[in-house]
Amino acid sequence: MSERVLRLEHVGKTFGRQRALADVSLVFVPGQVAAVLGPNGAGKSTLLGLLSTLSQPSQGRITLGDEELSRHSPTRASIGYVGHEPGVYGDLSARQNLRLFASLYGLASAERRIAEMLVRVGLESVRREAATRTFSRGMLQRLALARALLHQPEILLFDEPGSALDPAGAAWLAGELQREREAGRLVVLVTHDLTAAAAVATHVVVLRRGRVARDETRASFSADQVRAIYEKATRDNA
Amino acid sequence: MLSTMPSARRSRARFLVGLLLTMHGFFVASLLVANAPLEKTMGIVQKIFYFHVPCAWLLILSTFVCAGGSLAYLFAGSERGDRLALCSAELGVLFGLCVMVTGPLWARAAWGVFWTWDVRLTSSLLLWLMLIGYGLARRYGGAGGRRLAAAMALFAAADVPLVYLSVNLWRGLHPNTRTVSSLAPGMRLPFFFSLAIFSALWGVLLALRMRAEHSQARLVELAIAIEDAEGNSA
Amino acid sequence: MKRLPVTTRSWIAQAARIAWKDLHIEGRSREVVYTMGFMAALVVLVFSFAFISGQEGTVAPDAVAGILWVAVLFSGTVALSRTFDRERESEAIRSLLLSPVPRSAIYAGKLAASAAIMFLVEVLLAPLLAALFSAAIWPHALWLGLLLGLGTIGFCSVGVIFSAALLRARSRDALLGALLFPIVIPVLLAASRATAYLLDPAVPDLDPALFWTRFLVALDVVFVVVGLWSFEPVVMGE
Repeated sequence: MSERVLRLEHVGKTFGRQRALADVSLVFVPGQVAAVLGPNGAGKSTLLGLLSTLSQPSQGRITLGDEELSRHSPTRASIGYVGHEPGVYGDLSARQNLRLFASLYGLASAERRIAEMLVRVGLESVRREAATRTFSRGMLQRLALARALLHQPEILLFDEPGSALDPAGAAWLAGELQREREAGRLVVLVTHDLTAAAAVATHVVVLRRGRVARDETRASFSADQVRAIYEKATRDNA
Repeated sequence: MLSTMPSARRSRARFLVGLLLTMHGFFVASLLVANAPLEKTMGIVQKIFYFHVPCAWLLILSTFVCAGGSLAYLFAGSERGDRLALCSAELGVLFGLCVMVTGPLWARAAWGVFWTWDVRLTSSLLLWLMLIGYGLARRYGGAGGRRLAAAMALFAAADVPLVYLSVNLWRGLHPNTRTVSSLAPGMRLPFFFSLAIFSALWGVLLALRMRAEHSQARLVELAIAIEDAEGNSA
Repeated sequence: MKRLPVTTRSWIAQAARIAWKDLHIEGRSREVVYTMGFMAALVVLVFSFAFISGQEGTVAPDAVAGILWVAVLFSGTVALSRTFDRERESEAIRSLLLSPVPRSAIYAGKLAASAAIMFLVEVLLAPLLAALFSAAIWPHALWLGLLLGLGTIGFCSVGVIFSAALLRARSRDALLGALLFPIVIPVLLAASRATAYLLDPAVPDLDPALFWTRFLVALDVVFVVVGLWSFEPVVMGE
């Protein structure tokens, strides 16, 4: 597993007349879970969009190790993404979905890998033919994680993954995030939920109006610490 | 960063000169057209030709310029290209309207019907509809509207020769394509002058429109810079 | 964590995989085939009520060809918006765009799948027309099939891009037809001219039919090339 660092240098993003991000410089390191927090409209999803290469920065650059993170294929293979929506085809079954993605990522011995992933996320006993449309929200998130991990990405991006999960699901997710961190992956988690962030984060970034208001790294954060950081960052008058 | 505009006074002067020259040109053109020989079969009505053909030519030119700008926008991210595409599309719709008005007028006088499904009128209509579609796509196409419109412009430009060919082969009522070279000598000067002066009008309007768009873009840039500065001093 | 073995797959294989995915999904629900087929049949009927006069109910081959192709165009827009709707549910399209598959391959796959689905409906529609209007479709059935295929490819080559670009627009349904039709009119013209010449029982004049068929091929080539080229910049947005 390579130890590439994800670096944003003076990154800005403008949509027409809206400045979504301005002069964002951050460093994300493998083996960390970075929680990106901030009020609505702070630019969190925009940031994730840039990290996933689905959009390009208007200013500045983003690099992974030595390579510039761009739209080109090889970089995309290093990224796994879990959003609000599971990103799978409702008409296909879990296995069929994973088979499709395994094929798109060019994975050899796909069946074995798919079986591993299903066991890993706890979906191995789902009825084979069941279309994912019939899955519960929690099951869909598990499948989404399986999809994101299938090709062993270096970077895992989460956009408010726990938003529609019940407490059991949220606890499971926290466990998974920990596990990935311990495995040395680089995880970036965008969330509103300060408590959930505290449970797993070792790096906290607070965005406000498109800029970095706080950027702290610690071995672990308590919920109170995260709350304090967040409030201090968003309370300052501008 | 957008380049700084020429000073307001200089560009106003340039605009006035351009406008005056064009108006003078139209005046001269109208004299030329009035004195041009009458065509044997259609008489004075034929003189619509001096308006209709340049407008049709400008419709096609606008389409290609729009496609060029769209190409630059889609593949090189050129905002200027996008502005050029928008402005030329607008002009295309305008001159296309002239074609769609003068064409049926001519058709009515020449063949007794307002519309015939002949080559050039039909091709012009299609092109005009595509440019109108361009405007609709930009306006109502949502977040990706500009890009969709740019793609439309590319397809439209690719369509031009094909539409022309296909309709040509399908019908053939229009005065034959060799009209221009077969013009009587007395008609050549007014025609080419007319063509030149309409093109000049097109150019002036395009420059004016581009300036307006450029100013707007610059305004947005400045607004963002101000916000940034405020953000920095917070 | 050791890297997974990866096989590089050819562009065509990836496009085919994506086309297969769409066809598989359609095969399970058959939704597009049914709705598009029903709509096409209705358009044909509406035209027949609108245009047939007199007792005999015969129609010139020109008109039959026109009716067929207008029905294809109108019902085709239904097919196009439906195939992209599926991508939008659950944000599956994002997963597709995140994968290393080249975007032009995604375009080609979607083009192939939409065209195939439409073609299936058309092949069922043609005998209906033959029955309703006593149109002579059997003497040149294969050629007619070829025309249906080529015309559909021309239509879909533009339609896939527009449909993808309008994925999130509010006025998508209103705009798709309005924007698509002026551009594909040359396709409509060439296809219906060729069809008319083939259907003419009095003078099965094959030369013009051949000419228009060749023209249709030229149109398809131009549109597909423009499409392959412009799909990525149009769809990748900001």
